[in-house]
Amino acid sequence: MNRKSDWLFRAYLVIFLGYMLLPLLVMGGAAFNDSRFPSVFPWVGFTGQWFVELWNDPRLLNSFKNTILVALAVVALSVPIGTAAAILINSLGGWARSTLYSLMVAPILTPGAVIGISTLLFWNRFSVPSGLHLSVLGQVSYISAFVMLLVLARLQSFDRSLEEAALDLGANHPTVLRRILLPHLYPALGAGAAIAFFQSIENFNVTLFTRGPYDTMTVYVFSKVRSGITPTINALAVILIAVTLTGAIAYEIARRRKQARLDALGPPPSDDE
Amino acid sequence: MSDMIRRYGFTLTSTFCLLTAFWLLVLVILPNLYLFENSFRPYLPVVDIGGPKDVYTLKNYLTFFDSPIHISVFIWTVVYSSIVTFICFVIAYPLAYYLSKVAHPRSLPTLFLILTIPLWVSEIMRSFAWFIILSLKGPLNILLIDASVIEKPIRWMTGFRSVLIGLVYTYVLFMLFPIFNAIQSLDTNQIEAAEDLGSPWWRTHWRVILPHSKPGIASGSVMVFMLSAGSILVPTLLASTSSRWFTEIIQQWMFESNDWNTGSAYAFLLLILCTLFVTAVMRTFRVKLSDIAR
Repeated sequence: MNRKSDWLFRAYLVIFLGYMLLPLLVMGGAAFNDSRFPSVFPWVGFTGQWFVELWNDPRLLNSFKNTILVALAVVALSVPIGTAAAILINSLGGWARSTLYSLMVAPILTPGAVIGISTLLFWNRFSVPSGLHLSVLGQVSYISAFVMLLVLARLQSFDRSLEEAALDLGANHPTVLRRILLPHLYPALGAGAAIAFFQSIENFNVTLFTRGPYDTMTVYVFSKVRSGITPTINALAVILIAVTLTGAIAYEIARRRKQARLDALGPPPSDDE
Repeated sequence: MSDMIRRYGFTLTSTFCLLTAFWLLVLVILPNLYLFENSFRPYLPVVDIGGPKDVYTLKNYLTFFDSPIHISVFIWTVVYSSIVTFICFVIAYPLAYYLSKVAHPRSLPTLFLILTIPLWVSEIMRSFAWFIILSLKGPLNILLIDASVIEKPIRWMTGFRSVLIGLVYTYVLFMLFPIFNAIQSLDTNQIEAAEDLGSPWWRTHWRVILPHSKPGIASGSVMVFMLSAGSILVPTLLASTSSRWFTEIIQQWMFESNDWNTGSAYAFLLLILCTLFVTAVMRTFRVKLSDIAR
């Protein structure tokens, strides 16, 4: 790789990072600008009033609470389902495995609107009214697939003879699961729970069709955007970005510390995937 | 299966099977079958449901094929989702190559942390950001006027232009990461061998790197196309009256006309479209579903 093209690639990377981040900065900046329409140019003056207005909106707190409840329910359902499905598919082979696999990943490739509408209609047939419980079921139907893929990948590095050794030594079946298999899966389960949580918080398409009269965060923002735009939405965005970024950075720091400890202990493993 | 029972016992194995069956049957297969069945039923007042008028009919699909407006919205959705997919590929491929083969591996974790920031911000906030930027009195116009590039503010949000901008911004990362993973699994020696044998850079890409990244491209294309065609937020925020998206029509049937039957027929058309796209991509790139969804 010669020098000139390396320089070009670097410039391209910088442009791309700017392209990804500048819109977010514009949006964040508008939250502090004292102008009724959210913008950063012209800069009218620094203000915190949009945050105050946001705090005084009772619908917001309610929708925030709903979002968290839905996300927790989605985690509670999709992690066990995804894990069970991964264990099941891992012990199958041939056409049964590929058929089940296709069925399991199909929801990822299905548009959210279709998932939302089919969930709404299906449960409506059994006179279950729409509401957040349907949002949970709709979201679980595709988020479980993410958990399944993560756990299945982790299962590939599992030494099955450990289970046999435990069984030979007289462990009963629940003990094998609890003491041998699950500890090996913990990283995948943690990652799966995190992904399920954030996917659920971000979800809009499924929730829109299934929510009934209830608000979640995304639906609330959507209705605010439609009813008239004020910088309170930007204020909300700033808070959300700050919270998730702190989480992401904390996770990264923890990961690096762990990596550094592992590096200090001995030579790094040849393949880290 | 017998191996599973031996390892985990009958109770645990049946729990696993029940959980999986609940997921696949109750949450995935039956709702979709019911959606399909429902799309062939007429829209009736509650009293007539189950009555003599409640017979299977093609009426809901004929509504679509009789409406030139809906057909054209459908076609434009397909066309523009394909364009979005292509633009995302053009933007993401060089970057994926640079990150996986040229950039210093030590800088990758930091770069990826920065790149994933937009993914932590929800889709609605990201399209809202572009709504601000592209608005008539928005930063982009004012910046361009200050720099004397243009004299009068440009109305960006006409036609599909702003939808394209918004969709590419929102989904380009779904193209970048799979291609990055695919190229990273290529042995760098193969690139060096091609260069040593005198291959110019474009031929190395065309004959060595691109073929190897096919599963990644397939996976990225499927995701970007599906997300774009099924997007509700970006078109609602950034489209004008002249550029409607197919999901907006589905929404109209569901919420404004309250006609869930026609709505489910339209939703089913969207599902068919995405299924066809996945099949076409799998055929063209000669990859399996297990290569796409990983």
